[in-house]
Amino acid sequence: MSIFWTIWISVITLTVIIGCAVLLKAANTNNTGVKEGEPMPHTFDGIQELNNPLPKWWVGLFWFTIVIALIYSIAFPSYTANWNGFLNWTSADKNVTDITTLDARAETSKSQYQREIDAAEIKYGEVFKQLVYTDAGVYKDIEVIAKDSEAVKVGQRLFLQNCAQCHGSDARGSKGFPNLTDDDWLYGGDPLTIKETLMNGRNAAMPAWKDILGEEGIKEVTSYVLQLSGRRVNDIDAQAGAERFVVCAACHGADGKGLHAFGAPNLTDKVWLYGGSRKAVEDTLNNGRNGVMPAWKDVLGEDKIQLISAFVYSLSQPK
Amino acid sequence: MKHEFIEKNVGLLAILIIIAISFGGLAQITPLIFQKETNTPVDTLRPYTALEMEGRDIYIREGCSVCHSQMIRPFRAETERYGHYSMAGESVWEHPFLWGSKRTGPDLARVGGRYSDAWHEVHLMNPRDVVSQSNMPGFPWLATDLLTGEDTARKLEIFNMLTKGQGHKDESGVIQPIYTEQDIAGAKAAVEGKTEMQALIAYLQSLGHAFK
Repeated sequence: MSIFWTIWISVITLTVIIGCAVLLKAANTNNTGVKEGEPMPHTFDGIQELNNPLPKWWVGLFWFTIVIALIYSIAFPSYTANWNGFLNWTSADKNVTDITTLDARAETSKSQYQREIDAAEIKYGEVFKQLVYTDAGVYKDIEVIAKDSEAVKVGQRLFLQNCAQCHGSDARGSKGFPNLTDDDWLYGGDPLTIKETLMNGRNAAMPAWKDILGEEGIKEVTSYVLQLSGRRVNDIDAQAGAERFVVCAACHGADGKGLHAFGAPNLTDKVWLYGGSRKAVEDTLNNGRNGVMPAWKDVLGEDKIQLISAFVYSLSQPK
Repeated sequence: MKHEFIEKNVGLLAILIIIAISFGGLAQITPLIFQKETNTPVDTLRPYTALEMEGRDIYIREGCSVCHSQMIRPFRAETERYGHYSMAGESVWEHPFLWGSKRTGPDLARVGGRYSDAWHEVHLMNPRDVVSQSNMPGFPWLATDLLTGEDTARKLEIFNMLTKGQGHKDESGVIQPIYTEQDIAGAKAAVEGKTEMQALIAYLQSLGHAFK
């Protein structure tokens, strides 16, 4: 901010403050030619006005606000950009164009925001650490955390805040968003796999088969897939579908039991992420599916993910 | 000027009141507009793509900013929930800015990447399908309304004009316009035939990209 703006701000601010003082002084001076307490020369409908002075408490208060305004303007950042006032107050670290510089500055920052963060760290930091770290300073195993009811409660809060939008507040998911409370896992349900899913996200890629299989082919494969999970279908269609299933087996396995490496679901159970009706399965085959789990590493950080992983893991464990 | 005279001329009184209260804005707001901080983009800021730009206009048209803010304030309660507080340098190319002032729904300043495209689609069609407690309206027509892309190139040109002198510097230190000739030439092709839903989701997924 250039010297121009410093002058601009100073002139306007000081003119207004001094102007208020002058106005107050003028209003408080008796120049009516009538003595204090005497009636003024005008009447309205027979009502007289006395020339009373402004109340003393009110005038005093006005002078007080003028003094406060002057002190305030030098206590806080005001007239120039390079001076934070004698209280050296800032709301947050600004004037930074990259996040690395900003993070580095947080170490020594005295901004109101940083003080709030530091105070919270003192209050909650140690408690939080005990939930996630062992005394030796390494992460506790997720299985261990999952048995600590306090830690699981904290994990649940984090889940409700960040995960429930897709997986539901009861973690049972909805169409297209997996249920986390059952034993059916797309990428695997062991603690470390759950954590990996949370940290780096997942990108499923079921291709669209419309052009390759054709209408008839889709119908046949659908029949076979439904038969895999024990549904009654047209046997001839299913037989033809079984032959075509070779291309599907690359991801879903020859037996259709799926493969965690690709996030390819088990087709032989009764769990259907995108619906188990004939139409839904046909739709999946025709247009493909691309289920995305976002990566949370940069948003939440590993400590919180450790807790959420424990909560998610605990959901499918026998109580 | 006599006090009595001002009191008896209401038009004059109004003008004098406007002058008196404008001093506050002149001293507090005007200098900010010319500050370096509000005119320098953060290093990682990129302009909206043609599709995101169209999505942004749909965001404005549907009044999303009435219920959703895009301004994370520097308070722990906000940064814990939404991510890093918003920086002035992230809004340099916003015309108009969409900070909003009311949160019926959550802040969206860093919503990009938090949910999958598929989630956004389900959620925009009918929010109750994924968040049962939601009171957000559905926007199903976005899925069928197609973009023509007729004005898209013009929009990018206008944004070049609005952000003149505020772009990133190239290696030799010369400030570049935010959109290149190529961007503008390809704008129509980039959005034509896409649904409004695709555009809006692209815009939402871009929010907060500069400071994560």
